[in-house]
Amino acid sequence: MNPGLLILVLAVVVAVGFGLHRRRVDGRFAGAPAAPAQPAEETVWTSVAAALPEAELGERATLVQFSSAFCAPCRTTRVVLADVAERYDGVAHLEIDAEQHLDLVRELDVRRTPTTLILDPAGRELTRAAGAPRREQVLAALPTSEETR
Amino acid sequence: MTATGIDPRGPRFTATVTLVVFAVALLLSDAAPGVAAVLTGVQAALFAIGAGLGVQKTPTGLFFRSVVRPRLTPPAELEDPAPPRFAQAVGLVFAVVATIGFATGAVLLGQVFAGFAFVAAFLNAVFGFCLGCEMYLLGARLRGRPA
Repeated sequence: MNPGLLILVLAVVVAVGFGLHRRRVDGRFAGAPAAPAQPAEETVWTSVAAALPEAELGERATLVQFSSAFCAPCRTTRVVLADVAERYDGVAHLEIDAEQHLDLVRELDVRRTPTTLILDPAGRELTRAAGAPRREQVLAALPTSEETR
Repeated sequence: MTATGIDPRGPRFTATVTLVVFAVALLLSDAAPGVAAVLTGVQAALFAIGAGLGVQKTPTGLFFRSVVRPRLTPPAELEDPAPPRFAQAVGLVFAVVATIGFATGAVLLGQVFAGFAFVAAFLNAVFGFCLGCEMYLLGARLRGRPA
């Protein structure tokens, strides 16, 4: 096999593998963060509020979405999250421009846009998803409340 | 962001053409690196049009709009043209390096960069996934890092 053909075959294998992997993990909320690195009184919300003083925490949950200009799935994510926030009481949606808040992006270790963090009423991170989540995935990851259960 | 979006299948159609160009360039590169250089050079010119004037202005974009799109059902939703345009600029860099490699006899260099470009075009065409767009935030994170 000559090098050109070999590289083409490798490229197909890499692209198919990566594409299938992404299709599987995109939008999946992957449990609680492994280790709460922050002290108890400092939550993800403390950092978010420091960067965006205008932002308000939801009573039931806050959907924090990181977006950027060159990001097609951010638009889909915005529609889904805004709709969930509108339909469910106490759920707030906050979209943050990642480029404008690079310090926050590094602190929270956001690597892709869109990344969605779900915060509890105290502002702690419950879970996060990279890639556009589907509506059902967001609803399943929301903390329960008396009204809905 | 512009007021009017584009049909998201346009950039995917363009990516399909791109992936075929890089595949043919790779297959011919060992026997005829000169032909591979011409192919990646033409692709670089297409990327330059897409990055400079927008993805709707490339020959494949125009072909999609005038010939392909009228035969399809209208899209469920429109898309911002800025992300694929940015990705064209990323593609341009890879296509230029590949062309230089093939043209100067550094065939393996050309093949490696054509391979990367093929992966990105394949992900876009088959999965609708924009690798160039995703590199943007990582680039911004590195660029903006305080010393």
